[in-house]
This record gives sequence, C-alpha cells and structure tokens, in this order.
Amino acid sequence: MSNSGVPKHWRSMKERYRLLGTYCENCRTSFFPPRKICPKCRRKGKTRQIEFSGRGKVFSYTVINVGSKTFESYTPYIIGLIELEEGPRVMSQIVDCKPEDVYIGMEVEACLRKLFEQGESGIISYGFKFRPVDNSWKEYYKKLLAEKKMKIVQRIS
Amino acid sequence: MNTWITLYTLGIGGFLRRVENLKRDVAIISVGSTRFGEHWDKGIKDLVWEAGIQAVEEAGISGRDIQYIVFGNMSGGMFEGQEHVGALVADFLGLNPVPATRVEAACASGGVAFLHGYMAVASGLYDLVVVGGVEKMTDVESVQATEILSAAMDYEWEAYFGATFPGVYALMAMRYMHQYGLKPETLAKVAVKNHYHGSMNPLAHFRNRITVEDVLSSPIVAYPLRRNDCCPVSDGAACVILAPLDEAKKYTDTPVKVEAVAQASDTLSLLERRDICTLDATVYAAEKAFAKAGLERKDIDIVEVHDCFTIAEILALEDLGFCRKGEGFKLYEEGETYVGGKLPVNTDGGLKAGGHAVGATGIKQIVEIVKQLRGEAEGGRQVDGAEVGLAHNVGGSGATAVVTILSRR
Amino acid sequence: MKIGIVGYGVYIPKLRIKIEDIARVWGHDASSYKDGLGVEEKSVPSLDEDTVTIAVEAARNAMKRAVEVKPGEVGAVFVGSESHPYAVKPTASTVAEALGLTPNLTAADMEFACKAATTGLQACLGLVKAGYIKYGIAIGADTAQGAPGDALEYTAAAGGAAYVIGSGEGVIAEIEYTHSYTQDVPDFWRRDGSPYPRHAGRFTGEPAYFEHVISCTKALLEKTGTTPNDYDYVVFHQPNAKFPLRAAKILGFEERKLWPGLVVSRLGNTYSGSSLIGLASVLDIASPGERILVTSYGSGAGSDSFSIVVTDAIESKRELAPPVMYYLDRREYVDYSLYARYRRLFKEG
Repeated sequence: MSNSGVPKHWRSMKERYRLLGTYCENCRTSFFPPRKICPKCRRKGKTRQIEFSGRGKVFSYTVINVGSKTFESYTPYIIGLIELEEGPRVMSQIVDCKPEDVYIGMEVEACLRKLFEQGESGIISYGFKFRPVDNSWKEYYKKLLAEKKMKIVQRIS
Repeated sequence: MNTWITLYTLGIGGFLRRVENLKRDVAIISVGSTRFGEHWDKGIKDLVWEAGIQAVEEAGISGRDIQYIVFGNMSGGMFEGQEHVGALVADFLGLNPVPATRVEAACASGGVAFLHGYMAVASGLYDLVVVGGVEKMTDVESVQATEILSAAMDYEWEAYFGATFPGVYALMAMRYMHQYGLKPETLAKVAVKNHYHGSMNPLAHFRNRITVEDVLSSPIVAYPLRRNDCCPVSDGAACVILAPLDEAKKYTDTPVKVEAVAQASDTLSLLERRDICTLDATVYAAEKAFAKAGLERKDIDIVEVHDCFTIAEILALEDLGFCRKGEGFKLYEEGETYVGGKLPVNTDGGLKAGGHAVGATGIKQIVEIVKQLRGEAEGGRQVDGAEVGLAHNVGGSGATAVVTILSRR
Repeated sequence: MKIGIVGYGVYIPKLRIKIEDIARVWGHDASSYKDGLGVEEKSVPSLDEDTVTIAVEAARNAMKRAVEVKPGEVGAVFVGSESHPYAVKPTASTVAEALGLTPNLTAADMEFACKAATTGLQACLGLVKAGYIKYGIAIGADTAQGAPGDALEYTAAAGGAAYVIGSGEGVIAEIEYTHSYTQDVPDFWRRDGSPYPRHAGRFTGEPAYFEHVISCTKALLEKTGTTPNDYDYVVFHQPNAKFPLRAAKILGFEERKLWPGLVVSRLGNTYSGSSLIGLASVLDIASPGERILVTSYGSGAGSDSFSIVVTDAIESKRELAPPVMYYLDRREYVDYSLYARYRRLFKEG
C-alpha cells in the first residue's frame, strides 16, 4: 500500500520532524511544502531551507470521524489547516484539544507526535502536529517561588 | 468583469489569450452508460463492454470504423490491481489493433479523456473516436477506498498527516461557513435536490428521495460533512463517440456540438491555495471555455457540476461564474437549481445520488447533457427546451478542472 | 571549571486516570491502593505519544533553557527508557534528528530499568569533563508498562525529563560529584518479547530499592564528606510516595526536603523519567547556592547518586520553559475504557 516502504518516509523526514520549508531570498517569501524553485521568481529566485517557528493560527479545521485505513485506529481526530506566522499554510492534526474547543483563529504551536505505524512490525512515522498555545505556565513561577518563601511547598494533596 | 481582472492580475492572461487553431468542429454522435452503483457481478471489463456496446449500437457503426480510443480511469491499479486500462478496453471491446490510451487525472480522468478525444478529432488526426471512463471501486473495503482516493491529494503533505478527501472538502466548508455564513441546513438542501433528481434517473446509484432532516441526522464523516453530504463509491462506465461535426448527420439526427472544452491546473494540495473557498482551476477553465464558445452564463440551460460533496456544488456554481463568491448557497434557499428552476443543476442526481465511479464521472456528466439536449432525459427530469449545457469535472480537491460546453445548435 | 546542567526540561502527557477508575475495573479497594502507594492519579500517553515524542518534547524544553547551546555543539544524546518504541533502532537518533543536532554527534539508547537516564547523565558528564564533547543531552522518558490488573498498573505513567550537560558560565546547577552502586538483584524484569514487566512483589523493597538507594546515597555522602544537613533538597526514584519517604527517614533527611521533588502522587511512576522529573521540580524553585542530592534507582539493580549545587545562572534561564507543576496541572481525565484504548489494550480487528 501507499504507506508501506521505507525510503519514501525517510526522504522528507527532517521536514516533518522540524517543520522545514523554503525561503526565496529574491521575493522574501516562505513556502511550505519545500520547493526546489520559487513559483513567483522562477529561475531568478534564490531559495534556501528555513525552519519555521511552528507558531500559527487555525485557518480552518474539521474532525475526521471516518479515516483511511492507515488512520482508522486514531479516529476521531482533528485536522487543521494552520496558517504559520511566516505566511504559508500547513495541514496537520490538532492535538491536546477537544473538537468543541477548536475555532478558526485559535493560536497553535507545533509539537512532535506519532503519525502512524506501518503495522505492528514496520517503521513508525513521526511528524509535526499542532496543539493550542497555552502560555499559562509563565504565571507559575511567581506562585511557585512565593510558596517556597512561605515554606509551604507540600505537594501531596 | 471582476473575475477577469483577478485572473489578469494573477498573470494568467496568456492562458486565456491562447486561441486554439482547430481544423474542425466536433460533435457527439452517440452515448452509452451503465447504471452507477454497486455492481457485485461486474468487473472492469464487463462495465466497459456494457457502456461501449450501447454507444456503438446507437451510432450504428461497426467497431471497425473506430480509429482511436481514449479512456479515463483513476486507479485500476489500486482498486483492482489492473493497470494498462487503455489496451484492456480495446482488447475487451474486440477492437484490436485500434490505438487506445488511458488518461488519469484522479476524479477528472473522464473530463480530461474527453478533451483528448476532442483534440484527436478537432485536429483532423482521427474521425471516429470513442471516449469513455470506467472505475470499479467496490471490490475494496471502504477504508481502503478512502485511502486510495486520498492519493489524489498531495500524498506527502496532506494524506500523510491523516487528511482524507471528505476532510479536505470539510476544511473548505468550515472556512466557507466562517466567511459567508453558510449553514449545514443549506448544504443539506444540495443533497436533497440531487436525490430528487436521482429518483428520476434509472441509471442513478441512489433513487430514493431524502429530506433535510435525513441529511442532518446521518453520521458525521468530517464535520460539517455528514454521510449524506458525500457522494458514494460507485462502480460504473460511460462512453461517448465523437465525429467531425460536418459528418455527424451521417450517424445521427441529433448530433450535439462540442462548443468548447477547457482544462486548468492548480496546486495539488489545498494548503497552497490562494483561497480555499475558490477552485481557481474551475475559474480558469470556465473563463476559457466561455470565451472559446462565445457564450454568456445566461446562455446555459443546464449544468452538471462535480458535487463530490455538497459544498463542492456550491463552490462550483460560484467558480463557474453563475453567481458571486459567497452567494452560491442562496440559490438553494429558493430551489432555483431543480428541474424547472432558473438553472437546473445535476439533473441526473449529480455525483451525490447519480453516483461517482471516479474515472467515469466526467463522461457520465456529458452523457446526461447529451440526453437533455436531445430531449431524451427520462423519468420527468427533462429540462424543457434545453439547448446549451455545461459539464464541470474536478480532480482531487481542485488541482484539475475541466469545463465542457455542449449545444444542439 | 564548573560542569553541570546548562538546561533542563520536562514533558508530561495531558491525559490522566484516577486510581479509583483502575480499581473499579479489577474489583480492588481503591483507598488501600491510594494509601499504600501515596498516589492519586497517573498520566496516560495519548494514542500518538510514545517515548520518542515525549523525549523530543522534553529535550526541546531543555534546549529553550540552554540558550547558549548551538545545535552543532551538542556531541551526544542518550535516551534512557524501558519503553523504546523499537527493540532495535535507537530512540536517540530520532530525538537528535528532531532537535536538528545531526550528524556530528554520538547517540544511543540506555537500558537499566528506571535508572537508565541517570546513567546517560553520567556518560554526558564524563564526555564533557574529558573534553570530547562540548555539550551532551541525557533524557529519561517512558510510557511505562504495567500489566492490566497488576499492582504496577496503578502507577505506570508517561513522562520524561531532559538535561543538557555542559560547562562554563551557563551552568545553572553544578554536578559536584556522582557515585553509583550496582549488584545483580532480580526484583523486576521484562523478558525480550514480553509486553509487560514482572516483579517479585515485596522483594522489590528491602534487598532492591532500599539496599541500593540507601547504600549509594551513603557512599556519596561519605565520599564528598557531606551530611544530610548540607542539602536543601533530596530527590529519590519514586515508584510510589512511600518508598522515597522511608528512604529519606532512614538516611536522616528531613521530610520537607523531599516534598519539592516528590511528584509521584499526581504523576505516577514515569520509570526512567521519575527521579529526573523530580529533580526538575526542585530546579523550578531552587535558589543559587542551594544543594540538591539525587539518587535514582533501576531494578536489576543499581543506583546513581548526584550532588548538585545551584548557581546564579538559574535565575535567567528557569523561566524560559514550563515548570513541572504546569504539566501536573494541565490534565484531562479519561476513564478506564478510553485508557484501555489509548494504551492499546484491545486487540484490533
């Protein structure tokens, strides 16, 4: 089947692990998926690889209830079209989030997750997915250090 | 006109300005089609034979008169383990050594095959050409079919991450709903209308009428698309025979003239689209087809559009220029797309009720328009006085679009 | 020159299951398990999370704090785990690739039950100290296995911690000394090809956990000439809350020094991640000059002890990545049926 075999998975592995795309130095545009040639500048363009920040916003989304054979065991899952802060859009899953909590415009960030396995004994494909941005952790340190001063750092409820 | 301005600013003026210097006009002299549906007892060869023999008999020709065969087929290899479909068709129709070509453009394979048959006759290379399409889809499990169909998207950056075909159209629908205020109830009306038309078509996959409630209570496939927003997986074959227009009367009293066929391409993936609520390939192909035919939108009496999902029909009517972007769904609030309405759409039930045997669909659409223009559409779905019809066939999520305009003028 | 931690980071999956939900399925008395283990709930990996993804997320957090480290300067990645997705093919090379550290580095998976990661940490220390590499990353990550219905199921959790080891001004916690203690003790094992580990019940206590944790810690105190009074915090491997509490008592550490690093009650036992997530929880609040004692434990059996002193550099780096407490609070409960699906306990058709 289309998802079997090894070299095909390996070829674009780095791009999937790290969200790598192409940047044209001539027109200063970022592209995803990676391209050999800038479609705007054609051969006048000067392209190089870039790593996207992984931050973006949900441009559109859906919940897949009926998956293809490869993804059957993961349903239901959320598929999003994410607009990266650098401009290009990418398609991937949105995780750590309930379907009813996703909305167009929601801020998300890339993380690494398992995409699928080639059966029980084949290779495992990993790649970027997105999760909601949660900056609430930044507030924790004030609280943690205050608690420490008050000598009440007991962790067991 | 707004669309023209957009197209020119996008730098595709050259695409539209190019005028084909064709030697001669082309006509459809006969058609044939199987019923679309689950044909447990028929394989790919049986389907081809059934559609092919109808077309040959209707034209009153001998197989020996046929000079070229071109067939659309998306994935005989993955559905059936059978490639080399061109030669298979020639062989099984008993037409060896007539040259035969298989054309693949995902769900637009039929439409693209039609363009190639048209070029073969218009250029003067051949006189009598069989154009068809065939797909045998039900031999695999549905999850397998979903996987095979997702090969028409960008495998590496869409399907690999779990996107499915309904999923990609659902992304368009969600964005469209967000931007233009479309409601799932209106989407449902597209399916209701197509089932109504399908109930009058003996060749349709589904012949039952359904209600908006039926659609909204069917299981979700990919929100907002429910099972009744999605076309079925069908087996089927369809066929037409082309001849030079000035010789067409030799074969039939009711030749149908091919006014224009235009094809355009767009990004394979949805993620790189300029606007995911517009299929630019449809826009380009439509502009070119109308320019070539020298016709206006108002001249069109019936339309067959590629409604693989309900949202696709709404997008198609906008992208073909029958209404403005963001307003297509309003046509459904008033029932204008029914037979008897201002613009009857998918009178055979479309892909939704008529069925979607992917490689055959583009030809099936043309068969329906030919029947309508000849006044032969049965079951009460005939559009009175239909003179000009348009067929719109899409591959993938819009990477290929073919627009064909036919007339009985 | 100071050698030690230049960055640290943790990752804990969002899903949790409560002890009550597991006990209900097997007809066990939940309160006796909760009291006996001192554990309320445990983390559960999602369908698409495994040791690789947890290790990558933890390492990315560690790299956010290790601001001065450039990708080409990392010379080693070691991942300790009992649940490497492959029996053959390293987790570490995937982690290195995902962090953009390839190709000029060494990478390997470590295996020594729950102490594999601290062994990796020692390997990094050695390579840095010898001058072979500038920085090394040691990671402990697990989606811990416990057979359905077994006592282990109540605690076997998912999570990981990563430590970037290096030297110089960027060191936020200097590792002053490390000592290890190892013997052949068959207290807990998983045979090749078996899906779940087995254990020798109460035998895992005295001759195994306590023998090694206590002896190793004592040896470190002796060799460094320190006493429990010299340490502000102590972190032990935490298969449950009771074991480390008892070890602290036996060794003469005040209980309050254990609390900041005792995360098992709300997390469960993350096996290779256990003591290192505990250490991270301490680093989240520790002040410059404070001293931490860490002793890991791995069945089979061995312990690694570390004496660590926090430096001024921690102030500028600490708040660059999420603290352990954030991950403990970030949670969504699943019941046993969903848990069973996520842990793939059902045979698929």
